[in-house]
Amino acid sequence: MVEKESSAPVVEVIDEQTTFTLAELCRCCAVEAELIEAMVEHGILEPSGRHGRHWYFPASSLRRTRITLHLQRDLGVNLAGAALALDLLERIDELDARLRALSR
Amino acid sequence: MEYKDYYGIMGVARDATQDEIKRTYRKLARKYHPDVSKEADAEARFKEVGEAYEVLKDPEKRAAYDQLGKQWKPGQEFHPPPDWDAGFEFRGGGYTAGDAGVHSDFFEELFGRGFTGASGTRGRRAFRMRGDDHHAKVLIDLEDSFSGATRSISLRVPELTEDGHVTTRERTLSVRIPKGIRQGQQIRLAGQGGRGLGGGEPGDLYLEVEFTEHPLYRVDGADIYLDLPVAPWEAALGANVKVPTPAGNIDLKIPANSRQGRKLRLKGRGLTGKQPGDLYVVLQVSLPPADSDAARSLYKQMQDQLGFNPRASMGVS
Repeated sequence: MVEKESSAPVVEVIDEQTTFTLAELCRCCAVEAELIEAMVEHGILEPSGRHGRHWYFPASSLRRTRITLHLQRDLGVNLAGAALALDLLERIDELDARLRALSR
Repeated sequence: MEYKDYYGIMGVARDATQDEIKRTYRKLARKYHPDVSKEADAEARFKEVGEAYEVLKDPEKRAAYDQLGKQWKPGQEFHPPPDWDAGFEFRGGGYTAGDAGVHSDFFEELFGRGFTGASGTRGRRAFRMRGDDHHAKVLIDLEDSFSGATRSISLRVPELTEDGHVTTRERTLSVRIPKGIRQGQQIRLAGQGGRGLGGGEPGDLYLEVEFTEHPLYRVDGADIYLDLPVAPWEAALGANVKVPTPAGNIDLKIPANSRQGRKLRLKGRGLTGKQPGDLYVVLQVSLPPADSDAARSLYKQMQDQLGFNPRASMGVS
């Protein structure tokens, strides 16, 4: 079944200035607050502001949370392992970008 | 419907032990995990391997699959023989309604229906629930970020029907790509995610933006880099040249005595936005070929008159 939508839906850009509250992040990634707190403890997420309701998560948290969830679900990686994988993935992205710049 | 060779997909023998299958799966899952892998078709391979494992890890499903016979070739047109599954009892084995839509028609036909049918009563929920947020990637060209663009994207969405069955629905959404969008940023489309249950509001759709590789430009955050070939005399004497930018050609003054690799910054000519990026033009001195007498004599003249030693800093000549 193919459904065409005639009018373009409203789009909203999530840029570096966008932040998420704990509740928004939980909703968006369909996880419990406890898991987000554990991810903060492992340094996977680095919110600004005070603990709990006053936390503000940078836009990159969305991607980091989702990758962590995928690694947990698909590969059985624990939070410490996910934190390490995320750091290494970031490093690989940087190196890849540098390599691409050099090899042009 | 095409036949799937689950043993071939996982690269294991038909008589592999359950342990071998598990080990192979773990290895392949790491190799093709879409968040980790750099392989081009990682996501498709990951799903394919996951589906194969779903069947082979479960002795009951594996036995049922095995008795379809070895005569089938991958991709061959296939219809399950009547009562092919008589005597087998699929207890679910980890296959959940949430996984529907990620598996092939082949899998759905053999292992999908019985299970979702059995769990049909779960579909009627009395509570309201907000729909899931969905996530997807969208590839755009660098130019799209400058001019804004509209992209048509197709999504396959698994959905629970009223009577508790799972179907996939293809949705085509026309999405306006806002100007100034950057690599890695996300676009949120409120209310375009999964449908809510029991009258709950729908979830949101998140699209992660990725730029396609551009033949001319390299993007770093909001900044854009362009390698610009220049003639030796343009670099040495200075020149006014035309330079392509994603927003159209511009005139650029190359200062005299520019060296190879010199970076010229054009402020605010990078990606647009609240904090626009810069365009860096990196000069690449391009040597004219010495393929004629005239060219050779000009090079000879430089050699005689310039007294230039490019290796002076190395202490050799």
